[in-house]
Amino acid sequence: MTALLLRDLKLSIRSGGGALIGVLFFMTVVAVIPFGVGPDLNLLSRIGPAIVWIGALLSALLGLDRMFQTDREDGSLDLLLMQEHPLVLTVLIKCLAHWLGNGLPLVIASPLLGLFMNMSEVAIGATMLTLLVGTPALTFIGAVGAAVAVALPRGGLLVSILVLPLAIPVLIFGVSASYAAVEDPAPFMPPFLILVAITMFFAVIGPIGAALALRNTAD
Amino acid sequence: MRLTAENLSARRGEDLIFKDISFTLGAGESLVLTGRNGSGKSTLLRTVAGLLRPETGRVAWTSDGAEAGMRAAEACHYLGHRNAMKAELSVSENLAFWKDCFGDFSGGRGISVGEAAESVGLGGITHLPFGYLSAGQQRRMAFAKLLVAWRPVWILDEPTAALDVNAESVFTTLIENHLAAGGILLAATHQPLGLQNAQELKMTGFAGVMENVW
Amino acid sequence: MPESLAITKFSDLANPTRFLGLAARILPWMAGITAILFALGLYLTFSSEGDYQQGMTVRIMYVHVPAAWLSMMCYSVMAVSAIGTLVWRHPLADVSHKTAAPIGAAFTLIALATGSLWGKPMWGTWWVWDARLTSVFVLFLMYLGLIALNRAMDDPGKAARVSAVLILVGFVNIPIIKFSVDWWNTLHQPASVIRVDGPTIDKEFLWPLLIMAIAFTLLFFTLHIAAMRNEIWRRRVSAQRRMAARMAGQTPAKEA
Repeated sequence: MTALLLRDLKLSIRSGGGALIGVLFFMTVVAVIPFGVGPDLNLLSRIGPAIVWIGALLSALLGLDRMFQTDREDGSLDLLLMQEHPLVLTVLIKCLAHWLGNGLPLVIASPLLGLFMNMSEVAIGATMLTLLVGTPALTFIGAVGAAVAVALPRGGLLVSILVLPLAIPVLIFGVSASYAAVEDPAPFMPPFLILVAITMFFAVIGPIGAALALRNTAD
Repeated sequence: MRLTAENLSARRGEDLIFKDISFTLGAGESLVLTGRNGSGKSTLLRTVAGLLRPETGRVAWTSDGAEAGMRAAEACHYLGHRNAMKAELSVSENLAFWKDCFGDFSGGRGISVGEAAESVGLGGITHLPFGYLSAGQQRRMAFAKLLVAWRPVWILDEPTAALDVNAESVFTTLIENHLAAGGILLAATHQPLGLQNAQELKMTGFAGVMENVW
Repeated sequence: MPESLAITKFSDLANPTRFLGLAARILPWMAGITAILFALGLYLTFSSEGDYQQGMTVRIMYVHVPAAWLSMMCYSVMAVSAIGTLVWRHPLADVSHKTAAPIGAAFTLIALATGSLWGKPMWGTWWVWDARLTSVFVLFLMYLGLIALNRAMDDPGKAARVSAVLILVGFVNIPIIKFSVDWWNTLHQPASVIRVDGPTIDKEFLWPLLIMAIAFTLLFFTLHIAAMRNEIWRRRVSAQRRMAARMAGQTPAKEA
């Protein structure tokens, strides 16, 4: 199983792919926001956490549909399906590898974007922390969409449409925890802990759903 | 040690591709599927490998050590049309990954990555990225994948496509060695593999539309 | 004995041909009862006095509330069918959740549109990011996504299994989405928006509402059974055409 994790990580770095493009997209999305809403620093610092979160959500969706698609195209998926390891575990490992290759770079890039958005240090830290906890949930829930994409001749966009509504809770609690850290009356912990709970919940539901979809779409 | 298929039927989309196919293969036996394109050879192989759910019937693996209810697919190597190797990784990385991922099935041991590459006749180039290899070389390396981990059953779908005569004889030798070691072979081919004592099953394709359901 | 009878009855029903027979028998009745209930419900709706605060607009409620109820019930029907698809692999279950999606989307759209129409005179705006509106809107998006998914795939069997997985994942998530939207709403929407806590339901409102709810529910089942019947016919036609296409290329078919 570690072999699978290492292989997927190597691929995400080597194919000149996922990681870099995701981060670039993230930075581009966040960078165009001021052109839309104007360069007012107060406004930007107020909407900063939300913008960074939405940017991360969109970039996380970007590479998702390839999660199983590449393995299907070269036939590896067939062989993975045949092994005695439970498929749920295989999917979980692939999710972890995908998150390490695509999600973690977003988390690391987020403080820089926080500076662009004139966010305070506390807000930057809180946003980074919530992203660290919340982006795995996006990967897990996206795995279901990625497994569905395997069966689609031209899946990419449709997968995003299917996955986005399911990702709303993650966005809500990620952003509200970030805000709670800077706005005084609201406590930080409740939304943050709920975000953790959502991530753990999706860590179960996502791989199960994805494994079910993969078993049912093989042909 | 026995691979049994009972009354298998499978469909693609709404078409029933074949129905009521049964066979039993014991140690050292082989079954070669023949028939024109689209006659259902690949579909049957994928059904036996557990990648397609049969419409009716079942595939079972029985041996002394095997626990009851084990999926037959776990005893199988499957070499499909696609090579299941990553072009970005080197050949040895690819093979080492599959060696790790497969693990050995009870009753045998796989050989090392280097030896496997040797035995398909491409010993010196395992450090190259898989994508740099020619189509024929890629197919050979995909075949080497079968050697790095032991599986009693080999399911090969057109193993000799994109190969010259020379390489074909290499494959035939490897398959014969596998059978001699007590393996089982299930293969679909256009060209005869030149195997002794192989049973043959001629596929005709298209057994009907699933109209009884609707 | 009664048990085995019930089981036979069920499997009879589950056979497409039997289903078609049953559908042909009960559809006219269901359509008739639905029409009568609608006539009664609408009569009560318009003969009842308007609310003293809301006036005429309260009558929107008699369409809005049943539609909102159906938008959720339809998804539950789809979830049950999805289990039927994945566990028993029954073709009728495939047909059931495929055909329910557009109907559910339609009722959800009705609920949203009537809610919006009701909101304009009450809240002074067509749309507020109210918790309920938002979660119904998300539900609407999920319906549309499922319809798009079904359309994107050629093989109906595969499409059915894939969308069944998504329906179930969505079904598990709906409570979470609802909960998070409620949370989000309390965070963003202090009591500044005039909330309509619904008129105190007394008998005068309750009866028409109840009858309309039953009428809408029956309407759903009538439409659903009719749509399932159409889908079965459609699949039979496509099976025959496939057969014709395959036979054209072959010498007299050989038995395998």
